[in-house]
Amino acid sequence: MDAIAGRKPAVVWALNISVVALVALWLFPTLGLLVSSFRTGDQITASGWWSSFLPAEQTIQLRVADPDEARVDLGNGRFMVEGNIFEGENFEGELRSWATSSRDLGAFQPGDVNDLGDGETLTVQADGSYVWEGNDDQISGRAQRVFLDVTTPPDFTLDNYSFVLFDEDNSEGMAKAFMNTLTVVIPATIIPILIAAFAAYALAWMDFPGRALLIAIIVGLLVVPLQLALIPLLSLHNAIGIGKGYLGTWLAHTGFGLPLAIYLLRNYMVGLPRDIIENAKVDGATDFQIFTKIILPLSFPALASFAIFQFLWTWNDLLVALVFLIDATGETTVMTKQIVELLGTRGGDWEILATSAFVSIAVPLAVFFAMQKYLVRGLLAGSVK
Amino acid sequence: MNPALQGLITIIIGVGGCVGYFYGANLFLDKVLFKAEGPNAGRNINRANMIRPWVFLMPALLALGLYLAYPVFATLRLSFLERLPGNEYAFVGFENYSKMFAEPKFMEAMLNNVLWLVVVPAAATAFGLLAAQLTDRLKWGNIAKSIVFMPMAISFVGAAVIFKLVYEARPEDVAQIGILNHLYLTFGGDAPVQWLQVPFWNNFFLMAVLIWIQTGFAMVILSAALRGIPEETIEAAVIDGANPFQIFFKIKVPQIMSTIVVVWTTITIATLKVFDIVFAMTNGQWETQVLANYMYDKLFRANDWGMGSASAMIIMLMVTPILVWNVYNARKEMQ
Repeated sequence: MDAIAGRKPAVVWALNISVVALVALWLFPTLGLLVSSFRTGDQITASGWWSSFLPAEQTIQLRVADPDEARVDLGNGRFMVEGNIFEGENFEGELRSWATSSRDLGAFQPGDVNDLGDGETLTVQADGSYVWEGNDDQISGRAQRVFLDVTTPPDFTLDNYSFVLFDEDNSEGMAKAFMNTLTVVIPATIIPILIAAFAAYALAWMDFPGRALLIAIIVGLLVVPLQLALIPLLSLHNAIGIGKGYLGTWLAHTGFGLPLAIYLLRNYMVGLPRDIIENAKVDGATDFQIFTKIILPLSFPALASFAIFQFLWTWNDLLVALVFLIDATGETTVMTKQIVELLGTRGGDWEILATSAFVSIAVPLAVFFAMQKYLVRGLLAGSVK
Repeated sequence: MNPALQGLITIIIGVGGCVGYFYGANLFLDKVLFKAEGPNAGRNINRANMIRPWVFLMPALLALGLYLAYPVFATLRLSFLERLPGNEYAFVGFENYSKMFAEPKFMEAMLNNVLWLVVVPAAATAFGLLAAQLTDRLKWGNIAKSIVFMPMAISFVGAAVIFKLVYEARPEDVAQIGILNHLYLTFGGDAPVQWLQVPFWNNFFLMAVLIWIQTGFAMVILSAALRGIPEETIEAAVIDGANPFQIFFKIKVPQIMSTIVVVWTTITIATLKVFDIVFAMTNGQWETQVLANYMYDKLFRANDWGMGSASAMIIMLMVTPILVWNVYNARKEMQ
């Protein structure tokens, strides 16, 4: 229609702006967590993540050097302490103003002389070097406090990731949970594909009584909530001695993933050209050969679609892991469970929470962006029409 | 044993077992059971071909039967029983159900679930339709789509953390780090609000998470449907002088109505089963309980299998109309 009716610039602008707003709305929550995972805990609590790209203005409180050690006798009863206020601090940034009392913050510019009374003076330069001068009494005891208004440049760190992933002493680290998740996901993705592919072929290209009924049953099973399966299957697993563990989890994921797998693959296989299969049959190929040599290679896009679904679903799953995998020892905890634990124990430590969450989000996101094409295809084929 | 190694061995055994089963059973059928030679060769080939589909289907049917069909009946049975000490059960009829309906927390979960069922599919479908329509002819539309679609890949738990940061509230005198409170205060709010602890409205803040996730799904499906609309219908409307809103609501939407229904029901199913979001963000506190989380509470915290199973049956009951509808449509399509 646009090609016919033409488009007014104002409409184009409005369209662009509304899409920008939509994208921002969808991107910002994730972006906030991503940015926070690169900031220290102090930075996160000091300012919102959206201001982390701008230089941060903050007031810090430091002391000059201990006068009893550092003072220099100038003669005439005058003493002086000289040095740099930022010494020992890992400070990058700019000093904007300073003060010696919390009541008149920002009272002095860099280079100003602050008269503290009775001949006691303090000067702080822009680079942080200071001179504190006075008599014996004044330049002794506790070191003079200085309140500095500073601007620090944006600062990001990878420390959170090294703490969450590689710190051996961190009992709440994600490394073990990451491996456990991987251990759940890979078999739970591969096994259903194999089983479903054979079943889908039978339902698509083999003739037998009851086929239509079976397909209808599978469509029905697509929506059965897995909540129903929890207690009966846990009892069953306990009764046959599997108990809680990887084996039961793999089986459960296989069972829960199969309806979608069979449905997707059957829909795809039915659409393959009949000629190829009939020609192969005429040439004397058995069903098994047709399946392995022709159907499987041709069905790659559908296999990939389902593999992504099952991967995302098992990687992101919490309920199945809670019920079928994680026992009292917690040795087999997965990342989703670990994050829920952290929400309880480290609710305010956003640097840990954000980083842990992102460790678990990163892999599915990478898979998503790499294989988006197949995911979209699968969605289009998989929604019951 | 190292779980990674264990996993690797399982993959090899599992995959090897599957391949071995299919190959072996197929071979057995052809070479041992019904040999394609001798006087009965022809009949044997036919027989083998009658059995082969079931050889191919066997593992899938076993897994489906055991993991999806059997639990429906087992849960139904459990919902009429009460577990007694010593692994014994007593038949109690509908007592679990009547006890459950008398519980205020259950009624709260029911009402909240209905609210979720009304709001989430409607909002996600509407946003999805809007996103699909707006990005359709845009040069950078595909990038925009990718970003709206992206939350699909994020776990409910991950999304819960993401939105907890959005809703974070800090004391009034320090900087706000949750963007919602920051905006609220910037635009005239008095004091930071603990969004997840405001009864009733907090449900909507939880729903926002699921809407955020599901909109991408709706957008992808509806965008494909919009592109499938024949150009002529739109051209005709343009020539007749229809404005863009009329074209959208009177020409385009009616033509993709069946797809909208599919999207709506799919999101409805996802909404019915919502567990992780509530579990991770409020755990049903502050009047945000939903059925799936209520059921988890009953099963694994209160250890009451009877009432837990009864509430699971309620979820099943709510899914059933959609189940019937899907089966009906699938059968119609195959004929």
